[in-house]
Amino acid sequence: MSSDTARSEVTRPRVELRWWAGCPSTDRALSELREALNDLGMADIEVEMREIRSDAEAGEASFHGSPTVLIDGVDCVDASDEPTGLCCRVYRRRDGRIGPTPDPEDLRAALRLAAQRLERVG
Amino acid sequence: MAAVGEPAPSFTLPDTEGTTWSPGDGSNATVVVFTCNHCPYALAWHDRLADAARDYAERGVRFLAINSNDADRYPRDSYQAMQRRVAGEDWPMPYLHDFTQEVARAYGARTTPDVFVLDAAGTLRYRGAPDSDYDDPSQRAAWLREALDAVLAGEAPRRAETEPVGCSIKWKR
Repeated sequence: MSSDTARSEVTRPRVELRWWAGCPSTDRALSELREALNDLGMADIEVEMREIRSDAEAGEASFHGSPTVLIDGVDCVDASDEPTGLCCRVYRRRDGRIGPTPDPEDLRAALRLAAQRLERVG
Repeated sequence: MAAVGEPAPSFTLPDTEGTTWSPGDGSNATVVVFTCNHCPYALAWHDRLADAARDYAERGVRFLAINSNDADRYPRDSYQAMQRRVAGEDWPMPYLHDFTQEVARAYGARTTPDVFVLDAAGTLRYRGAPDSDYDDPSQRAAWLREALDAVLAGEAPRRAETEPVGCSIKWKR
């Protein structure tokens, strides 16, 4: 592995999408996530998909609803006040509307922040 | 399960103040909406449905919102949470509690929201989504309004069924 490749991997955040089959938002969330990655020049990052199947698993995984996007293990939108469980997650868009997926600008902001953090560390 | 063109199931359910409601009761049409407190689709469509309820009230249309979700697993859909929500918002329709889930089962409700339009005789005339896009408020519950306009004109809606979109009804285990 060349040093450039190694550095590239170090500065690439890990992106995970956690989902529950009972909520129809997963495809849209994945599409918006890939679009955000593409916009930021991170199209090569593979989105790790993890299905949450039970309330117990939701609790163990701190899963606050479907979909949940983690960037380097950090929720792209803070939900620490919300209960965990198998449900569709409520997101508030930046324009005030309620929706079933994160605001794409929130996704981009979280990805930028993670990349900057890794740049500093790397 | 309720089928378009067939008599819709009757029911009597309490609202958040304990008053009981049934479809019909002299209305020119009734809109039964299965909804809830915690689903982003139901919340995204709520204002459009509330606007339709206000707009059609003067034409003798009664809207009945029903929450059938299992509140044991989803406490945000408890009767008390329903009461708090109605107290804190401007609801133009009663919010009914289907504790046993029998009404949701009788209608074959699948999602929140899931919309059913009954004519004055209690026959089901429309079932499905309020409009084509939860994310576009300018849609203004167009499919529902189209169905209501047809029913109030004594005609069959051009679009009698659409695919309901939203969170699954949370059935008791």
